[in-house]
Parts: sequence; C-alpha cells; structure tokens
Amino acid sequence: MKKTYKIDVDCANCANKMEEAAKNTTGVKDATVNFMTLKMIVEFEDGAEPAAVMKDVLKNCKKVEDDCEIFL
Amino acid sequence: MNKKQKKVLVRIIVAFVLLVILSFVPVEGWLQFALYMIPYLVIGYDILKKAIKGIMNRQVFDENFLMAVATVGAIALGDYKEGVAVMLFYQIGELFQSYAVGKSRRNISELMDIRPDYANIEKDGEIVQVDPDEVEIGTIILVKPGEKIPIDGIVTEGTSSLNTSALTGESLPRNAKEGDEVISGCINMTGLLKIKTTKEFGESTVSKILELVENSSSRKSRSENFISKFARIYTPAVCYGAVALALIPPIVRMVFMGLPADFGTWIYRALTFLVISCPCALVISIPLSFFAGIGGASKEGVLVKGSNYLETLSQTKYVVFDKTGTMTQGVFEVSGIFPAALSKEELIECAACAESYSSHPISKSLQKAYGKEIDKNRVTEVTEVSGKGVTAKVDDRLVAAGNGKLMDQLGIPYTVCDQVGTLVYVAVDGTFAGCIVISDLLKPHAKEAIDALKKAGVTKTVMLTGDTKRVADSVAAELGIHEVCSELLPADKVAKVEELLAQKSEKEKLAFVGDGINDAPVLSRADIGIAMGALGSDAAIEAADIVLMDDDPLKIAKAIKISRKCIRIVYENIYFAIGIKVICLILGALGIANMWAAIFADVGVMVIAVLNAIRALFVKKL
Repeated sequence: MKKTYKIDVDCANCANKMEEAAKNTTGVKDATVNFMTLKMIVEFEDGAEPAAVMKDVLKNCKKVEDDCEIFL
Repeated sequence: MNKKQKKVLVRIIVAFVLLVILSFVPVEGWLQFALYMIPYLVIGYDILKKAIKGIMNRQVFDENFLMAVATVGAIALGDYKEGVAVMLFYQIGELFQSYAVGKSRRNISELMDIRPDYANIEKDGEIVQVDPDEVEIGTIILVKPGEKIPIDGIVTEGTSSLNTSALTGESLPRNAKEGDEVISGCINMTGLLKIKTTKEFGESTVSKILELVENSSSRKSRSENFISKFARIYTPAVCYGAVALALIPPIVRMVFMGLPADFGTWIYRALTFLVISCPCALVISIPLSFFAGIGGASKEGVLVKGSNYLETLSQTKYVVFDKTGTMTQGVFEVSGIFPAALSKEELIECAACAESYSSHPISKSLQKAYGKEIDKNRVTEVTEVSGKGVTAKVDDRLVAAGNGKLMDQLGIPYTVCDQVGTLVYVAVDGTFAGCIVISDLLKPHAKEAIDALKKAGVTKTVMLTGDTKRVADSVAAELGIHEVCSELLPADKVAKVEELLAQKSEKEKLAFVGDGINDAPVLSRADIGIAMGALGSDAAIEAADIVLMDDDPLKIAKAIKISRKCIRIVYENIYFAIGIKVICLILGALGIANMWAAIFADVGVMVIAVLNAIRALFVKKL
C-alpha cells in the first residue's frame, strides 16, 4: 500500500536524509521524498498499520533533521 | 517571502551592518572578541542550537554541525571576522536557496493551475455553486464566460470558443457548439455554455492530468540518485580529510622534518575544508533542474511522468511512430478529383448523391467535399453492391460509384488511377466519368516534425502501420521516414518494436509515439512511450510515460529538445559544482585558497547552480 504525505523541510539534503530515515523504519518497504513538491510517498509492508508506522517515521526523521515536519 | 525568510533577512542585515561597523572599530583582545560575538550570535544562534541537537542525535555530518565547527574554530584561531562572515554567507545562501525554491515551486504550480474550484448548477431556477466532486453524471452544468469547464461533458446549449492553452500550450481557441464534447480544464471565453456531464469529476480530464503532474516526481532520475549517493559519501570524506589535514602535516613536520608544528595554519586549512564540505549546491540544483524542466514542458503541453523519463528521452535515437492518428489525421478526406468526362463539381455531386444513403466514412467524406445539402428526393433506385460500391439513379441519370471491381462488373471501361489512397470510380449512364481519391490526410506539421526530429539528433525514424504497403510507403516517402513496416496487426507492432530494441545499443533509447488507441502494449514496451492527442483518452495517459496534450507531431521534437536542455543543465551543474569544490579543496589544502574562497565554493556555487537550474523552465523558444 502506498500513501502520500505532505512534508515541510528547508533543505534538499535534509530531504534526502529524511528519505533514508523513512526507508530504514520498520514497516516501510520503500519511501521517496520529493523536495521540490514537498511530498513523501511511503510504501508500507504488507500488514503494517500506516498510522503507527508513520509515527515512527516522523520520530526517525526528527532524529536526522530536527527542523522537519510530516503532516499526518 | 514568508515569515521565516523575512526573519532571516532581518538577521542577515543586522549582522552585516554590525560586521562592517566592527571592522572600523579599533579594539583589541577580549573586548574585540565580545563585540564580534554579537553579530555572530545574531546570525548563527539557530545553527548552533541545531548543531547541539544534531550531536545529541548523533548526526555528526549534519551541515549545521559542520558550520558550527568551522566558525567556532575560526573564532578560536582569532579570525573573528572570517568566522562571522562564514556564518553570515551561509545564511545568505540558505535564504537565497529557500527563496528560489519557493518561487519556482509557486511558478510551476501556477502553470498547472487548472483545478476548477466549483461547478454551477441550476437548482429551482437559481444558479448555485457546488463542489465539482458532488456533481453526478448527466447533470447539466453552466459555464459562464471566463470560467473553467470543471467536468468533461457534451454541450447541450450555447456556442463559445474555448481556451485550451493551460492543457495543450496551444494558443488558438477551439470552438464549441451544441453537441460537441468538451473537456474539463478549458476556459470558456465568449458565450454561456450548458454542459451535460459525461464523467464524474474524479474521472475527468482535469483530475487525471493533475494526478499525473502531482505524482510525476516520485520517479527519480539516475542523476538524482547519483547526487544523493554522492552527498552521502562526499560530506564524511571531506570531514575526514579535514581531520587528516589538521593532524598529519603538523605531526610530519614535527617528527620527521624537525620544524615547528604550526598547528594554527593547518587547522585553519582544515576549517576551510569544513566550509566546502556542505553538499547543498549539488543536492538542490539537480532536482530543481528536473522540476523546472518538467514544469517548462507542461507549459508547452508536454506532460512528463517523472524525471527519469526526461533523462531517457534525452538519449532517444530511435523514434517509432504509429501512422494513423499520429502522422495522419485519422479522418478520411477527398484528396484528389480526376474527372474524365464531367467537371470536378459535377463528378463530386454525382458521387455524393449516389452515396448519400450510406453512412460509411467514404461516403461521408464525399458529402463533406460536396459541401452542400443533398436533396435525397433526387436519388432513387439505390442498390448497394457489397464490397464494390453503389449504383443509383440521380436526376434520371444512372450513376455508379465504387471500386474497380464495380466497373468491371458493370462492364464499363475505365482508366486506372495511380494515386495512393482509396479510389472511387464514377460512371454516369454507363460511361466512365472520373475518379475520386480519398485518403487519410497527413497532419499539417508531419513533415516538419520528422525534419525537426532528425535535426534534434534522432538517427532512425520508423513508421509502423496496419495500413496497406502502398499507402504506407507513399506516406513514408513523403515524410522522409527511414523505415516503414506495413500491414501489421497490433501484436506485430510489439514484435517489431522488440526487434528494434534488440538491434540498437544500450545507450540509444527508443521512443514509441502513438495515439494511445490500441497501442498501449507498444507504448509500455518501448524505452519511452509517448502518447499524443491524449486529451480525453485515459488509456493513453495510463500507459504512456510522456503525454502530448494536443496532437501536433512537432511536439515530439520539442519534447526531446526540452529534455536535452534539462539534462545539459543537470550535467553543467554536476560538473561545475563538483569541479569548483574539488579545486577549492585542493587550493585550500595547499594554503592558496582561504576561507573567503571556501565561502564562494559553498554559497557562490549554490547560487549559480540554482540560477542555472531555473533556466530549465524556459523552453518556449526551443
């Protein structure tokens, strides 16, 4: 299952870091962050609960880039 | 500028003014340090704060951390002015970047501002505005002049001209009258239209296009992936380089050469490394170039589904076309009248009258060429001869119109016409009267389109068609297409494309251009599938990688040129940014480049790369 989220982040490299962080979150199969459109597209693993997984994604993203936001 | 940016701007100005004043104040020692700390903290407090947070989150290669180390280091070495300046310019660069990115984001979303906000429906004699999502199929909606058509439908009342430029890039307006199908996203320019909707909003053209555009950037190009990988290695590498530069030369000097260690100089050089280590210029300019390129293309009516497709398109060397609907209009028209006995007008009149009871495309094209209303009372005793033609009595004259077989059957001697197309022989009262040629007309720009493709560096053009060899060969010869394969079934087209794919080398890409009608398998099999005239054809939008909104074949070459320009800018930025950084690193290590040069390598390069990236947006003149 794929879902798209709106994000807010200031720099392009931070967006790449967020992408890495999201990819490494359990329950996430793949993630793409697009800095230009400020969107995060997350593909969840089968059986994963998006709402719960996204909380972890946000937590991990905050770790690598404090000044970021995902609008869940 | 938004609030955040304005705040940064104020801080930049304050810090800059303070810095200028301080450079004229003759103070020494601790007082000087204390005074310089004012602009430093004004401009850099948030960076320092983020750097501390980064350390706590174990993000050592965070750019805030690097900037903090570089500036604190410079200040510790006594280079107060440079420490503050690095922070100041770093912030200027960040501000510029966020402003430029925000601006191009807005520009490009304005380009695609085709989303209708409401639909007018009539309720109890009053016009009310409703959400287009709530309008059911078959509802009559009203579109006033100046409004966007919100949902696809058929005009039931009114005439107007429609501006389709937001969708197609075509500035000539289209006319719409009762019975015409209209698509959402067009702007109604002159008259009030009543439209009966044929689709839901979510299924309408405008929704499909917006969905496509909004998701376009999820597929990243190879260059983008390269840059993000590069950034991941580059920053740590430069940082380790800086550590090595700060430690190894002084130790070598001390232990092996018996010279003083000179830590100050080497640490200063190491700090310039840290300033250059930020990968921002690269990381921002590449996706920005693609974004601008895709945005510029959509302004011209070329929708690209992802930056990877733009990249592949730029390497296109083979272009394979479908004939009908791509190079030709797919509409039959009388293209030649060759009378033997009567005048041209009479010949057409006879044929049109004789065929007037038929609804075959051929007879329709005859009637269209005749141009006048046919009084069907003039036509009697109509006999259709299946597969051959028709005989009828027109004003007491016996007219036969059909192919050669009909003439043979009636025993009428006729001159064989050597024109290409569907031939209609006409005989009046048993005598051959002439021949009418009906063919599928070439699109107005078809020939120019092929020439433009060749000029754009396409080495091979191939046309695939289900049509007869004679027609196909003549079209190919007229257009100057290199290779033609005729009498193909849809499945054969896939096989043929696969054969071509096997022939070419890996680096040359093959694009297939079709109108999306029954060539979806080929569109997805080719390296790049280009669907044209896709307004209203969902299947084509789904299957293709690139969608040409109108059906002008010239747009194919245009799309290739846009992609080439965009990719050229991407490479310029990659080479330029990496090049300058590497040069500055080397010069910095040798002590030739100081911190000011490092600031240029960081901020200056980023500004130039961003400005260059925005150039990809300007594609009008290509």
